[in-house]
Amino acid sequence: MLLTLTTTHRPATDLGYLLRKNPARAQSFNLSFGRAHVFYPEAGEERCTAALLVEVDPVGLVRNRRGPAGEGGLLDQYVNDRPYAASSFLSVAIADVFGTAMSGACKERPELAQHPIPLRVVLPAVPSRGGTDLLHRLWEPLGYEVHATRLPLDEQFPDWGESGFHRLELETTQPLHQVLSHLYVLIPVLDNDKHYWVGDEEVAKLMRHGEGWLSTHPERAAITRRYLKHQRGLVNDALAQLADDAGTDPDETAGLKAAEEAALEYSVETLPQSIPATPPEGSPKEQEPTPEERAPSLNEQRLGSVLAVLKGSGATSVVDLGCGEGKLLRALLKERQFTRILGMDVSHHSLETAADRLHLDRMPPKQKARIGLLHGSLMYRDARLTGFDGASVVEVIEHLDPPRLASFERVLFEFARPGTVVVTTPNREYNVKWETLPAGKFRHRDHRFEWTRAEFQTWANAVAERFGYRVRFLPVGPEDAAVGAPTQMGIFERQAT
Amino acid sequence: MTLTIPELSLVALVGVSGSGKSTFARRLFKPTEILSSDTCRGLVSDDENSQPATKDAFELLHFIARKRLAAGKLTVVDATNVQPESRKPLVQLAREFHCLPVAIVLDVPESIAHARNKARPDREFGPHVIRQQASQLHRSLRRLQREGFRKVHVLRSLEEIEAAVIERQPLWNNLRHEHGPFDIIGDVHGCYDELVELLQQLGYSVGEASGMSPTDAPEPTAPRTGTTCVLRGPEGRKLIFLGDLVDRGPRVPQVLKLVMGAVASGTALCVPGNHDMKLMRKLRGSNVQITHGLAESLEQLAEEPEAFQEQVADFLDGLISHYVLDDGRLVVAHAGMKESMQGRGSSAVRDFALYGETTGETDEFDRPIRYNWAAEYRGSATVVYGHTPVPEPEWLNRTINIDTGCVFGGRLTALRYPENELVSVPARQTYAEPRRPFLEPAEQAPGLSAQQEHDDVLDLADVTGKRLINTRLHASVTVREENATAALEVMSRFAVNPKWLLYLPPTMSPCGTSQLDGLLEHPAEAFAYYRHEGVPRVICEEKHMGSRAVVIVCRDEAAARQRFGIMEEGFGVCYTRTGRRFFDDEPKETEFLSRVRDAINVAGFWDEFQTDWVCLDCELMPWSAKAQALLTEQYAPVGTAAKAMLAHATDLLEQTGTRGLDVEELLARTSARRSMATDYVSAYQRYCWPVTSVNDLKLAPFHLLATEGRVHTDKSHEWHMHTLARLAGGILMATPFRIVDITDPQSEVDATRWWEELTATGGEGMVVKPLDFVARGKRGLIQPAVKCRGREYLRIIYGPEYTAPENLDRLRSRGLNRKRSLALREFALGLEALERFTRREPLRRVHECVFGVLALESEPVDPRL
Repeated sequence: MLLTLTTTHRPATDLGYLLRKNPARAQSFNLSFGRAHVFYPEAGEERCTAALLVEVDPVGLVRNRRGPAGEGGLLDQYVNDRPYAASSFLSVAIADVFGTAMSGACKERPELAQHPIPLRVVLPAVPSRGGTDLLHRLWEPLGYEVHATRLPLDEQFPDWGESGFHRLELETTQPLHQVLSHLYVLIPVLDNDKHYWVGDEEVAKLMRHGEGWLSTHPERAAITRRYLKHQRGLVNDALAQLADDAGTDPDETAGLKAAEEAALEYSVETLPQSIPATPPEGSPKEQEPTPEERAPSLNEQRLGSVLAVLKGSGATSVVDLGCGEGKLLRALLKERQFTRILGMDVSHHSLETAADRLHLDRMPPKQKARIGLLHGSLMYRDARLTGFDGASVVEVIEHLDPPRLASFERVLFEFARPGTVVVTTPNREYNVKWETLPAGKFRHRDHRFEWTRAEFQTWANAVAERFGYRVRFLPVGPEDAAVGAPTQMGIFERQAT
Repeated sequence: MTLTIPELSLVALVGVSGSGKSTFARRLFKPTEILSSDTCRGLVSDDENSQPATKDAFELLHFIARKRLAAGKLTVVDATNVQPESRKPLVQLAREFHCLPVAIVLDVPESIAHARNKARPDREFGPHVIRQQASQLHRSLRRLQREGFRKVHVLRSLEEIEAAVIERQPLWNNLRHEHGPFDIIGDVHGCYDELVELLQQLGYSVGEASGMSPTDAPEPTAPRTGTTCVLRGPEGRKLIFLGDLVDRGPRVPQVLKLVMGAVASGTALCVPGNHDMKLMRKLRGSNVQITHGLAESLEQLAEEPEAFQEQVADFLDGLISHYVLDDGRLVVAHAGMKESMQGRGSSAVRDFALYGETTGETDEFDRPIRYNWAAEYRGSATVVYGHTPVPEPEWLNRTINIDTGCVFGGRLTALRYPENELVSVPARQTYAEPRRPFLEPAEQAPGLSAQQEHDDVLDLADVTGKRLINTRLHASVTVREENATAALEVMSRFAVNPKWLLYLPPTMSPCGTSQLDGLLEHPAEAFAYYRHEGVPRVICEEKHMGSRAVVIVCRDEAAARQRFGIMEEGFGVCYTRTGRRFFDDEPKETEFLSRVRDAINVAGFWDEFQTDWVCLDCELMPWSAKAQALLTEQYAPVGTAAKAMLAHATDLLEQTGTRGLDVEELLARTSARRSMATDYVSAYQRYCWPVTSVNDLKLAPFHLLATEGRVHTDKSHEWHMHTLARLAGGILMATPFRIVDITDPQSEVDATRWWEELTATGGEGMVVKPLDFVARGKRGLIQPAVKCRGREYLRIIYGPEYTAPENLDRLRSRGLNRKRSLALREFALGLEALERFTRREPLRRVHECVFGVLALESEPVDPRL
């Protein structure tokens, strides 16, 4: 990866003092993941350019990586953009090679180090997960002129579209150490990834390098979230610290926190819940939040409605099929009416998270006796699912291939046969209300279908008829006169035979 | 003194402390057969004489006894067992596991027991304990039979104890040594004429001693006395009657005579039916209700001499509830037999054999609702039974009911075993009206067999947990629980309908690592591997760079329904190596499958292979068709970033060089990296082209895996290549190949040159396989194929810069053993799935194997290999 810094400050060669790298020779430095080289393609009175070229050892990257297999994402791959694209490796190299400059110290030119100078930064390949727009949103508030050119994905296949990489040129007049700090923080933010484990010390680093600019940056929430690799606990810590820093209105902060958390929770619960051990072909990498995410109350409303129905049914034993990370289970646990609660999911990973969130290991025995988690599938008959009064299937069926619905119907309504079944699924008609959702697209990439109200009701009535249930329907979420509510719910009651 | 005990029994030794039970047991039974209460006391408390440990010790003893009896192992309980309350749980245990409780009493004089205990330092109890035990024992002696012990042996002296030998008696139902072949006949119910006709069709000659052919005889007035049926069967074959010989039908005595004669002469076996038992009880003088056709039997028998009636009663009384035959592979019983009862003896077993199991409820005709034990049957033995008339005999989980209701106007059916052919003759008339109409088709989805109906939903218990799957090729393959867990998710979320999934392809190992300059793989290592395994000739097939695809095509939708139980999901499927549907777009899939079907039509495979379906192992191109996401999210971006960054770096370094700075080495390296990045982009670009319609696809089938009744792994790869080349044309293409004699260096040189040509133009390389589909070497099964990939292709595997010497040197250290072991296990499982499917085994048995392949795929193996 490569970074150049050009100044037209006079004498421009003072850049050498500021960076503590002599423009008259090329220098190399060992890094834990490769080598960094600093050289000056030009070094005149008027213009001086320093280049930082970082060579990442591509074999070492894969072979020397510690940690469990399959959890390194791209770092498991030899075919990897890391040696080329600006990423957290570059940040580490900047801190290593230009550490003194970044701290604002300079023996030879101490005043210049604190003084704004004209600077031009070029990054030939910057990943921007968030598009050109994000580049502007991140850099412009900090006083940069942004020139970003998107790179094509493959000249031979123009229909593949453009790549996520930009050639980024930034122009500004600021003290060098400030620019280096901005680069240090924002490069991994643009990349939305880190090559190393993000722990508590990252919060401190962010505070240090973000001092004086992050707390007032309009995108501080996104920067923080991405910098801390979406670890919710750390994000909240950091956001709390930022609030103190800026001395902002506590209500605003609380709102910010709530929105952050809701968005995160939503992305955790309903976006790709799990990465299968054998990744399916073309498994999605990351997804931009869907509009629904920004309406956090919908999920709450949905779970609330499910809870209300189950409580109203008089059920004492309930099973949540496709429980994900256990949000509904937590709500069920709070109700003493339910003496036997089972959460089932096909994703083992989700169940582990659910166990964590429920603090299953620290639960008092009496409480623990009420709840169980089960790895299972709605595609297979399962004796462990029989004998429940109530069952919930929340936002699950739309993840099943239509030809496999028949198995699901039999597994649930014929073999498990709970007294009450609550099924929720998106109402496709409502999608027109999400402005940013392109017409004809589903709300989630893994949705195999989304039904209109008529389609859902036709299906539900047929199922009820076939298996001896009676069904009624309930809208969930804000109801629109024309297109209905965003979520539709079917409540099936088993009829006496 | 010889003590006979049934081979599967629970033996309770009864005797006071010091009576020598342990010594006796050690002398006559295997150490593992003996469960000693003292040992159990020791296990739970470190003290074999600890009285406070008694309760736990016996819980442990009973626990182990349960495990052994469930597994069908004779078990000896070495405890005093002098009190009825200690014996009672043993009798219950024996009942629960349908084996016989046996008591062996060691009755030695108290003085001897006392002396022995005194001689042992660890036994500190006084003589009063022995005295009390002895009196309990003597009180028990008379009660043992009543308590339920089926055999009681009492040894009354030291001499008797020392002289005793054990003889283990096989159970009456154990005819494992009888291997048939058999002709098994369903419920006859007095339909003598149909029986004779059926027997003749089966190749038996039937005659009466009078010389008159029974079929010519005038009907019910035929001579009823003094005639014996003579039955001669085809060489070596034996008849088995499934009971219910009597009642309802017109010629009950004739049927009885024929069967009794055949059984007496050893030509036939017979198990009893519920009707036979009721008749027997009536003949023995019991007061039974004269219903369900018993009146007819009695009326007809009344015309026979009393002696005959006596013979009939004796014959029926002597029938054994069920038989286990052919080394345990075949079980016959009137109403069926669930696995846990097979080969066991108890009144519960007998009741099951006669009546089956009921749910305790009754239907609208007021008949007990039968519990469908066959639906849950998971045993390995074939079970043939009758009892409930069915319109068509249908296999379900290796069981088949062949009572086709002859007496109700249906047919009389025989099953030929081991051929599993059904032979039947129609009833000449309706002799009785069934209470429940049986000829109306059962409530099934149209066109589905009972097995398919049953298989519509698979059971989780058949796939999860640690599993051992027996395969024909590779003994048993273990699937670890955590891998099954991973597979469950992939299978549930992404795979096609399991009814289509009759195969998943195995992973393929590369050849050994080449040490040649600039190369990671070269054909020499592939040839050497097979030569060292003793294989003289191999086939080299061009490796197409696309996506692995399994294609199943049926003649039409009806065939898909009939053979796969697939309804309204088209006439075929194309899925990836993880079982995922290849096409998201249904019309496109249909169009694609139509092309394949057209090619098969033209090539005439349907007739040639006598089949309505074909399963092909293929490569589908272009790579970009399926890997579009991978390309645009990983491969192309890497190229984009690499080219942009390295171009800029090269320029800057050149500029720096012109300033007179020494950056020569860095510049050389950076421009080399730049050209490798360019090569990398060209490498993946070769495997991409736009697909706007099915016409832009290419399909290269390389294995004709299976057709009806056949898995074509008995054919050489040359046969597969030639046969599949006949499909070429349109989107289907033949795969270039050559046969190489790897004992001839020149032949190898030629093949290597071919590989060099293929890879020089950017081809992926080739696959080297032994000529035989299944090849064995010195240590068993060898790799069914190894791949030998080209230098440029490997850039998209090992990264753009892998050919830099410092990278290549490190990449050469790669271990292939795991990959190869995995490849063999997956190969064995894949072929096993096909075998099971073509043998029409239940879906869960097929699914178990493909599920296993998917589970093994989650084992951590270097994905570059």
